[in-house]
Amino acid sequence: MAKNQPLLEVTGLRVAVAGNEILKGVDLAIRDGEVHAIMGPNGSGKSTLAQVLAGHPAYTVLAGTVKYDGKDLLEVKPEERARAGVFLAFQYPVEIRGITNSYFMRSALNAIRKNRGEPELDPIDFLQVLEQKLKAIGWDDSMMNRPVNEGFSGGEKKRNEILQLAVLEPRLAILDETDSGLDIDALKTVANAVNQLRSPNRAFLIVTHYQRLLDHITPDVVHVLADGRIVKSGGPELAHELEAKGYDWLRDAAMVS
Amino acid sequence: MTSIEAHVQQPYKYGFVTDIESEVVPAGLNDDVIRLISAKKGEPEWMLDWRLKAYRNWLKMSEPHWPNVKYGPIDYQAISYYAAPKQRPKLDSLDQVDPKLIQTFEKLGIAIEEQKRLTGVAVDAVFDSVSVATTFQAELAKYGVIFMPISQAIREHADLVQRYLGTVVPYNDNFFAALNSAVFTDGSFVYVPRGVRCPLELSTYFRINASSTGQFERTLIIADEGSYVSYLEGCSAPMRDENQLHAAVVELVALDRATIKYSTIQNWYPGDEEGKGGIYNFVTKRGKCAGVNSKISWTQVETGSAITWKYPGCILQGDNSIGEFYSVAVTSRKQQADTGTKMIHLGKNTRSTIVSKGISAGRGQNTYRGLVKIMKGAEGARNYSQCDSMLIGDKCGAHTFPYIDVRNSTAIMEHEASTSKIGEDQIFYLRQRGLSAEDAVSMIVNGFCKEVFKELPMEFAVEATRLLGISLEGSVG
Repeated sequence: MAKNQPLLEVTGLRVAVAGNEILKGVDLAIRDGEVHAIMGPNGSGKSTLAQVLAGHPAYTVLAGTVKYDGKDLLEVKPEERARAGVFLAFQYPVEIRGITNSYFMRSALNAIRKNRGEPELDPIDFLQVLEQKLKAIGWDDSMMNRPVNEGFSGGEKKRNEILQLAVLEPRLAILDETDSGLDIDALKTVANAVNQLRSPNRAFLIVTHYQRLLDHITPDVVHVLADGRIVKSGGPELAHELEAKGYDWLRDAAMVS
Repeated sequence: MTSIEAHVQQPYKYGFVTDIESEVVPAGLNDDVIRLISAKKGEPEWMLDWRLKAYRNWLKMSEPHWPNVKYGPIDYQAISYYAAPKQRPKLDSLDQVDPKLIQTFEKLGIAIEEQKRLTGVAVDAVFDSVSVATTFQAELAKYGVIFMPISQAIREHADLVQRYLGTVVPYNDNFFAALNSAVFTDGSFVYVPRGVRCPLELSTYFRINASSTGQFERTLIIADEGSYVSYLEGCSAPMRDENQLHAAVVELVALDRATIKYSTIQNWYPGDEEGKGGIYNFVTKRGKCAGVNSKISWTQVETGSAITWKYPGCILQGDNSIGEFYSVAVTSRKQQADTGTKMIHLGKNTRSTIVSKGISAGRGQNTYRGLVKIMKGAEGARNYSQCDSMLIGDKCGAHTFPYIDVRNSTAIMEHEASTSKIGEDQIFYLRQRGLSAEDAVSMIVNGFCKEVFKELPMEFAVEATRLLGISLEGSVG
């Protein structure tokens, strides 16, 4: 990949769900190791962007292209995107009865390793990998032998998403409203873990409604999404401006243009 | 078609026909046919009399239509009641068994040749109406364990058979049990003597091959005082447009402190996408915990058959006896299942546990029907029931009919039920982590069935997991 080529390049992306056009022409470029935040009011299409990048079947791409690592991302199945290093931390993680977190994460990691031509890990090898990851982000293994997300509190579910991020080592991590429903302590815990996971080989796209997560994770670029379009992009200071002024002034600006 | 529905339908992998010359008795049922079956098996007079008594009763009975299943009339005179590969089937040495039969079982994953036998498992292989081989008989005999085709047991262990046959499922118990009692052909007989822990897993594999026939096997297992035995049955049949009847009876007797663990992996041909063909699996299975502190545990994984009608139950007669029922029933295509259990508490401090997992996909209809009955003398009886249903797609159905009849106020009953649906979001979550759609469904379904699978013997748990994957392949895309 040429040095200047973005890791993710979204051009003129228009997306509909259930017949309603949600994204109306989104352009976005993220380079390796960059942290981008997408902010915007409810219903602006932030989560749609996150879901469509991950390949959720409920969303229909009407127009535009998405290139990941120079290749057409929209052409490939969700699992192939995941194996190529695209990770989505879900806003509403699902529960899987009867399957332990540990077994689930090992299966996922092995699917990714297999795709990279690496040997699969047995439970003992996996435990070692897991211990390293937990140590790096300063968490314990108390969630590992419980069924995936079953009976987890809201905060535990979000932490579990970040733990998967740590284990699966994606190249592009998309965080969909990871801060929603977290109290301030849980927010800090999650933000600290994300900061530990920042690396020149890992880009982040952080979708959030509020600026508070960005008090703890400083983005390189902040975009404002309103009514299906990115209406403004800027540095981290843009997030503070939004916090002070709200979204309406931008929406009005978008209407005028 | 939504991506979930696109996943259910997958060719039945055991649908081949073995081209072998068979002796098939002409279709129809009457005294002469019963005499013929009895003669072919070389049975003593008392056995024939019992069959005829059952037949006379059957003639007065009518087919039950209370199960929550639909099918056209069955013409009992159009079925052949005996089919056997030509050649004398029961031989001293496996060398004399037709290689085609050995190959057939090998293709089904059942090794009956010495060198390929699964260690730790003795197998009785039943092909249509006869047993073609029973492995490890001599080995088991060293422990006093009798494991042989029931037709052989009727000749060689008449005392035991006569003492227990029909004591748990009487010849007139119900329409299909009466039919079975009249015409049953092969099945397994097991006797584990006092204090013996059977050193091997015992298993029977039932194969229907001939067309226009029915299979009517009968199994009788007796665990004497303080003994233990684990038994497993498997089955499959060719793909045919016609419906074939499988009406079996299984009786278990556990004496004082004895334990019987009975596992079934049922994979009869389920019929095609449109519901054409497939086996009618109308089976009566019952165990009697006759002795104190005895225990009978049923585990079933039901993935095949066009229609399933079976309620493996326990009569908890001995004080402190325990009955268990763990079930996974899958209906996809146009399969219908009405299955569950009956726990009859007679003795004091008897306990029963019911865990039922119903999975419906395609246009399958899945019914759980269970009865828990606490009789007057059952002081301190306890039951725990859990019925969970899972739906895949929106053209299938799940139904639950729990019946509870308590006649002793000291009883403690617990019942839990749930219904869930595998949704796009669940599948997508797993795919987003790198798992294929197939692996995602398999993981969700296996997690759902975990409490039942953990009851299966190790080798068979693996088989069950695999089978479930195959049955549901195509139900998610």
